Amino acid sequence: MLWEGSTAALKDARGVQDLQTCTKNPKAGIMVEWTEFERATIQDIFARMDYDVVGPAALFRCLVVYPWTQRYFGNFGNLYNAAAIIANPMVANHGKVILHGMDRAVKNMDNIKATYAELSVLHSEKLHVDPDNFRLLSDCLTIVVAAQWGKEFTGEIQAAFQKFLAVVVTSLGKQYH
Amino acid sequence: MLSKKEKKLIAEIWEKVTPVAEDIGSDALLRMFTTFPGTKTYFSHLDISPRSPHMLSHGKKIVLAIAEGAKDISQLTVTLAPLQTLHAYLLRIDPSNFKLFSHCMLVALACHMGDDLTDVAHAAIDKYLSAFSAVLAEKYR
Repeated sequence: MLWEGSTAALKDARGVQDLQTCTKNPKAGIMVEWTEFERATIQDIFARMDYDVVGPAALFRCLVVYPWTQRYFGNFGNLYNAAAIIANPMVANHGKVILHGMDRAVKNMDNIKATYAELSVLHSEKLHVDPDNFRLLSDCLTIVVAAQWGKEFTGEIQAAFQKFLAVVVTSLGKQYH
Repeated sequence: MLSKKEKKLIAEIWEKVTPVAEDIGSDALLRMFTTFPGTKTYFSHLDISPRSPHMLSHGKKIVLAIAEGAKDISQLTVTLAPLQTLHAYLLRIDPSNFKLFSHCMLVALACHMGDDLTDVAHAAIDKYLSAFSAVLAEKYR
């Protein structure tokens, strides 16, 4: 019971209810509650984003800052150093794929879990990606957006963005068994 | 592991941050309290409203300690000895919170530095803050 308490606290700390222990209506699935501010903020952040720039930037950053994530990109060619990673067209392209994929959650904020059910299976069964990597990438994405927005990226906006990303991350990890 | 180049880069960056220690530090704290509300439990004795005198002075203290450590990273255990004792015996902040604060510090730096927080700089600072947090928690048990 101690263990359950501490992981719940960690997930609270991430601004998202523990989606796995909410038992209000197991059949209906877990509903994430969004405030008006959060909805508006998420739409605004993604509307102002150039997916084809931010996606690659976030992925480059993840591969540079957390080099062990390169293990999933063995067939992407030269990842030898930061310069090589940033110049790698396969990485850039994959960054775009990821952000465009995230757009689906932006357009379906009330059903992110269902939106990503298939992708979750793919990442688990086919790609065998440790779900902790989704969190690493989302931290890098937060920092890329922060650098872009500067002072405008307030604490409240950051919190809303990170809550959204936490839901995305949890949903992508949902189908892992 | 930090290379010589990274240590130099880290020292340079934190030297530049020192004059705005209050701003960066209080910003990082505010972000942490807003994004990870559980962290507020350690500050029930302070006024943690945005840019309050407590926030400014506390934020400044933290940034200056990080900057001091950055001047000679190989001596972190020596430099941080008093802070290690403080955190282990008096403050007893759960070390998982150091990660949350480090992340918010990076976000604060990103807002402040924009493109100057390159991938390489980000990696170096992330590594440094991890090492700093680990040393800070050394006397816990």
